[in-house]
Amino acid sequence: MTSDAAIEAIDVARTYALDGVSVPALRGVSLSIGHGEHVALVGPSGSGKSTLMHLLGGLDQPTSGRLRIGGRDVAGLTAAEMAHLRNATIGFVFQSFHLLSRTSALDNVALPLVYRGMGARERRERAAQMLERVGLGHRIGHRPNQLSGGEQQRVAIARALVTEPVVLLADEPTGNLDQATGAAVLELLEQLNTAEGVAVVLVTHDREVAARARRQITMRDGRIVADTAVVDRTASAGAPDAARADHAGPAGGHGTPTDAGEDRR
Amino acid sequence: MRLAEAWRVALDALRANRMRSGLTMLGMVIGVGAVVILVALGTGTKNEVQAQVEGLGSNLLLVVPGQVSLNAAPAVSRLDQSDLDAIIRIAGDRDRVAVSLTSGENVRAGNEQVFTSLLGVLETTPKVFLRDVRSGAYLTRTDVETGRRVAVLGSSVARTLFGERDPVGQQVTIAGVRFRVIGVFAPLGQSLGVDRDNEVHIPLSTAQRLLATKRVDAFAVKAPDAQTIDRLGRDIVAELHRRHPDEEFSAVTQEQILGVLGDILGVLTAVLAAIAGISLLVGGVGVSNIMLVSVRERTREIGLRMALGARPRDIGLQFLLEAVLLTTIGGLLGIAFGVGASLATAALSPVPAALTWWSIALAFGVSCAVGIVFGVVPAQRAGRLDPVVALRTE
Repeated sequence: MTSDAAIEAIDVARTYALDGVSVPALRGVSLSIGHGEHVALVGPSGSGKSTLMHLLGGLDQPTSGRLRIGGRDVAGLTAAEMAHLRNATIGFVFQSFHLLSRTSALDNVALPLVYRGMGARERRERAAQMLERVGLGHRIGHRPNQLSGGEQQRVAIARALVTEPVVLLADEPTGNLDQATGAAVLELLEQLNTAEGVAVVLVTHDREVAARARRQITMRDGRIVADTAVVDRTASAGAPDAARADHAGPAGGHGTPTDAGEDRR
Repeated sequence: MRLAEAWRVALDALRANRMRSGLTMLGMVIGVGAVVILVALGTGTKNEVQAQVEGLGSNLLLVVPGQVSLNAAPAVSRLDQSDLDAIIRIAGDRDRVAVSLTSGENVRAGNEQVFTSLLGVLETTPKVFLRDVRSGAYLTRTDVETGRRVAVLGSSVARTLFGERDPVGQQVTIAGVRFRVIGVFAPLGQSLGVDRDNEVHIPLSTAQRLLATKRVDAFAVKAPDAQTIDRLGRDIVAELHRRHPDEEFSAVTQEQILGVLGDILGVLTAVLAAIAGISLLVGGVGVSNIMLVSVRERTREIGLRMALGARPRDIGLQFLLEAVLLTTIGGLLGIAFGVGASLATAALSPVPAALTWWSIALAFGVSCAVGIVFGVVPAQRAGRLDPVVALRTE
């Protein structure tokens, strides 16, 4: 049952050694993110949400506890295996876009496919399709410095989704954008979440951004202090959301999918 | 990641920092260029010396007092006319034996004067050594047996003393004694900066009288063929030793002379190449340095690539290829520079230069190796970065 989750963490802790002193960043976190979910991860700085984000994205390994990404336990994986896991299951969107500045939008989007060993032709075809999907079909040859902030973040989103990941992790995706542009980017994410069935996890401390998600996980001092369903303003069906709230909890939340067919695989 | 893709990424990175890449390559260009030039000059010199020794004629045996070795002082000769007769007996034919008594003397004609090597010789010299007379004739047996005061001039002596005029029939004064010029040699040219045409041949008997000596400095014997040369050498040395029990003699063949000269020039070439190699090493350190800077500068990019699925070895390969690309492009430019400079040196100066395929292939191979050796540490450092830390780097 739990292996159906896109990401599942059981009592995960992460401790950093600083000058011989152990500093706990996460003190036992359990959560499950289902396929197609839309989750906001909130909390003050220092609450451990970045650490949790890195763990969920397979960039780091827990000090203790179990972590499964895309059904695979990360314990004991080598750096190369972690890289492969990230490439296969995770899409990243960063606050500062993280695009290669000397590279066209098309090649930026195609970059993750390079590490799959995919040929240039297929890579570019897929990247072009993905840019079309995010509304930048007319900008494929542009370099990042020829694009607006909103367009750059759309390129980054296309790059995150071109690998058809299970989960898209977005770290303050609107942090560097003005309100209107940010709202457009969020709308795009929500649209892709619904249409592609990819789970979206947003790290933010913008309340308005967090309020748009259908599930909100609040962190403080390395622990999850709240995991609640939010009334969905966009979804027409209210019933599944109500049912969802019952399951919401530190160890739960993998329950009700938005797209039931997607979840049953 | 595919290898072709990795090459493209490395090339892009170099293009993005043209100035820096160019300066880093310059170190390699100079290092590789220096190796190519010095090896070419060393090989050219060796070839030239070889050609000269071989150009003396074939199956030659040189007989000198003392030992032929690098660190032996030249021995003073106690050989004389009777030894010459003994050697002619062993050789079986007077025409196979040449002899020399050498001295440095001033030669004058009118107001012109030149310091030259004076050689007292037999009329057999052109039969033993390959030596052509351009005008007039060489010494005759009668000249030698009667001790005539006749001389054959080297081409540069003739030019200095007589300019464009034909010296044959003219008078020259050697050590205060008048001689008649009967011939002029065809030019031989220079070797290692020494003018080989600055010499004058006179009959041995005349030279002995002029220098008030009975001695003979060295013999050269032409063996009938390559098979008998060693045996002939042993026989001559044994006979000379019997006649002068207290002295040592050596008979060396052209092969042995070539061997000794080849060793000297080989060592010289190797030492020069090694010195040039140091500049290659310095170039390599420059590459290493710039790659470390590059890794630091692009830490965020490395973090991003890792997040997107690059394995440590993908990242390492990318930086290693970048280093190898720097050194091989630099190496190719260095080879072009070295080849050009070698050809120019050979064309514009008397110093010979010989380009060999092996030295060019070696230079290219060394360029690749320098890239790998000096690129490994920065590449490993890049590959071992923690993606979380790398992504957070400003």
